[in-house]
Formats: sequence, C-alpha cells, structure tokens
Amino acid sequence: MLKVTELKKKFGDKEVLKNVTLEIKQGEIVIIVGPSGSGKTTLLRCINALDYCDEGSIEINSKFLCEKGIYKKKQELKEIRKDIGLVFQNFNLFPHMSVIENLIEAPKRVLNLPDKEARENSKEILRFLDIEDKINSYPCELSGGQKQRVAIGRALALNPKLMCFDEPTSALDPALTGEVAKLIKSLSQKGMTMLIITHDMSFAEEVADKIYSMENGKLTEGNAFL
Amino acid sequence: MELSNEIIEILPQVFEGFKVTIEIFLITLVLSLPLGVVVALIRISKFKPLKEISKIYILIFRGTPLLLQILFIFFGLPLFNITLDRFPAAILAMVLNYAAYFGEIFRAGILSIDKGQFEGAEVLGLSKKDTFFRVILPQALKRIFPPVSNEIVTLVKDTSLVYVVGLDELLKIAKIASNRISSIMPFVVVGIVYLIFNGIISKILDYFEGKFNYYS
Repeated sequence: MLKVTELKKKFGDKEVLKNVTLEIKQGEIVIIVGPSGSGKTTLLRCINALDYCDEGSIEINSKFLCEKGIYKKKQELKEIRKDIGLVFQNFNLFPHMSVIENLIEAPKRVLNLPDKEARENSKEILRFLDIEDKINSYPCELSGGQKQRVAIGRALALNPKLMCFDEPTSALDPALTGEVAKLIKSLSQKGMTMLIITHDMSFAEEVADKIYSMENGKLTEGNAFL
Repeated sequence: MELSNEIIEILPQVFEGFKVTIEIFLITLVLSLPLGVVVALIRISKFKPLKEISKIYILIFRGTPLLLQILFIFFGLPLFNITLDRFPAAILAMVLNYAAYFGEIFRAGILSIDKGQFEGAEVLGLSKKDTFFRVILPQALKRIFPPVSNEIVTLVKDTSLVYVVGLDELLKIAKIASNRISSIMPFVVVGIVYLIFNGIISKILDYFEGKFNYYS
C-alpha cells in the first residue's frame, strides 16, 4: 500500500531523513515512535507532499507520488493524494464552517459529489464516529476529543486508502486515548491502512501491528525505546 | 426665524449634493474592495515583477495626498493625452487610492491566517482557488473587518475632496451657499448630514461584523 524507498531530506546542512525505507501492507497499522526532532513528522509530511524530500521514492497504492526525489506534477499529484488522508496534530479544522460543512467541503469540491450525496455520506461517517449530535456545531464549540473525531471524519469523507495520523493522542486526556485506539483499530478492520506517528509508547503498543523507531533521521524496525 | 428659512431654502441643493456624495462613495467602495483583494494577492504572490510594481503602486498612492492624486488625474493626465471627465477622473483617483489601503489590509488579513489552514486544504486536495475563496478569505474577512470599517468611514469624508475638480458634492454645495448668504450655517448643515450618514454606515457595518461572530 505504501512503499517508501531510501528517502533523504536535508534542512540546510542538517540531515533530517537518512535513507528511510518503509513498507506498509494493506490494512496494517504501522506506528513510528521517536523523540521530537527525530524526523518522524518530516517523514509524514513528505509522504503527504507537504514537504518535498530530496532523494528517494514514495509509492502509494502502486502509484509513484515521488520517484527518485522528483514529485509528480500538480494534476497527477492531486490524483494520488486522493488515496491519502492526514489527521493533523492540531486538526486544522476550518473554524468558519460547521462540522458537516467541514466534512462535505472536499467531497463536493474535489470529487464533485452532489450536495445531497456528500451530506448523506458525511452523516454516516459522523454516526460511525459517534458525534452525529454535533453535526451543526462549530469547531470552537467542540472539545479536543470531538475536534479530533471531526478531523478524522473530514479525512474519511474522501475515502482514503491510507490514513496518516500525526500525534493523535497529544491533545487528549488518557481516558480518551483508549477511545482513539479503538477507533483506529475498527478502521483498520475495514481494510484501511494506517500510518501513525506518536511518542506515546503505551498507545503504540496497544494499537500497532508493527512498530518502527525513528532516531536522528534513521528508521529501524521494532521499538528501540522500550 | 430667518435662520430656519435659510436652512429650508438650501435643503434641496444639499439633497442634490448628498446624491453626488453617495454616488462617489458607493462606486468607489464597490470598485476598490475587489481591487484591494487583487492588490493583496499580487503583493503576496511569488511573481517578482508584478510584486515590485504593486509595491511601487502602494508607495505612490499611500505616500501622496489623495487631493493631489485627484488633481493629477484630472489636470495632469491630459498632458499625456489622456483626458477624463470630472466624475470618472475623481472616481479613478479615489478607487486607486482606496485599493492601495484595502490591499494592505487584506494582505495583513491573509498573512494572519495560520499555515495549518492552507495545509489542511491542501491535503484535502482543494484547488488554489477554492483554498483562497472558501477557506482563507472568509477567515481573513472576519479579522480585517474593523480596519476595513475604519477605511469605509474615512471614505465617506474623503468624498468631499472631489470638490477640487468641480463636482457638486455636499461640501461644494455648502461652500456656494455659504458665499451666497454670507453665513456659516450651510457648513453646519452638511456637517450634520455627513455625521448622520456615517452614523448609519457604522450601524450597517456593526451589523455585518456581528455576522462573523458565530465562530471564534
């Protein structure tokens, strides 16, 4: 599903990604752990084409997003991007739109779904996420956990094959962490592939099919921090 | 008694002048706001030549008096074989001047939006156009509403400057009437008209500002 090969990236003189290679199979939950500044967020941003790597390849669903350090052009990039969803650490919900408007925006504008269909799909997602009652609320009226579920819902609305999470537990109190773990597991049972970045070890141990460790830009299999 | 007669006598002219004032105000506003968005976008763009031109444009129109700009466009441009009537000349000067200010306000508003909003739109695959008009601009508008309101109220008063090219707006009407009847009363009357008009404008702006309060 996701194949990252020999990824390299520098910020100035500093090498933040050193030959990172990673493969994730469909339906797998892969978690990358590591201290802040280890390069794990940069890796996630490269996979989502928010940052561009210098060398290496990224393949998503057998399509190259980036081949030997060269990212695909606009239109093609947009196509491949439809297969990836990203839930930001601070969610980046659109504050001026209600929950449902946040969810239907991309399906309507990117997938050109009619309003009614987009709404129906989004309602179903919100039902699945158990925040159907917040459908007309605005992000500022939601708690951290609710915001996160809306952010997950917004990514799910495009029906991605690969979902990426950046520090999904950082804004949650411990009681809610279990909820997110359950949610992520149930999504993976539906066949969705997950790539999660965290420094929450217990969460990682609970959820992951496979754990990788990132330190100083190097990725190794297994939890090196136990 | 004589005083109130004087006032009543000039009211029809004041009304005519007020119509001209409103016309200049509305046309300037409707044209300079969208032009301001364009100026802001050019000013932010990565295309160097256009960016430099927009900087020079803003420098000139913010750096010289509006009165001078009106005079130059009406009396100066004919020297370059461009001749405009009074009204379009005045409007052109006002629009160019206000678009420069609005442009800088819009630019500040757009730049104040968190980078995460752009990235959130990007990973959803929204086009640049949708990102700007659906995500960034609506949020920027909320933030820049107070300074824009300020400019709009100033614009009402600045319409009085077009008297220099001989347009019969409020202030010129007052000046003529004042000379004719040797009284300062007409100035007081138009002063009150400006005040009432800006009072109404402020109410309307408050109403629209309130419209943005549904989120924080």
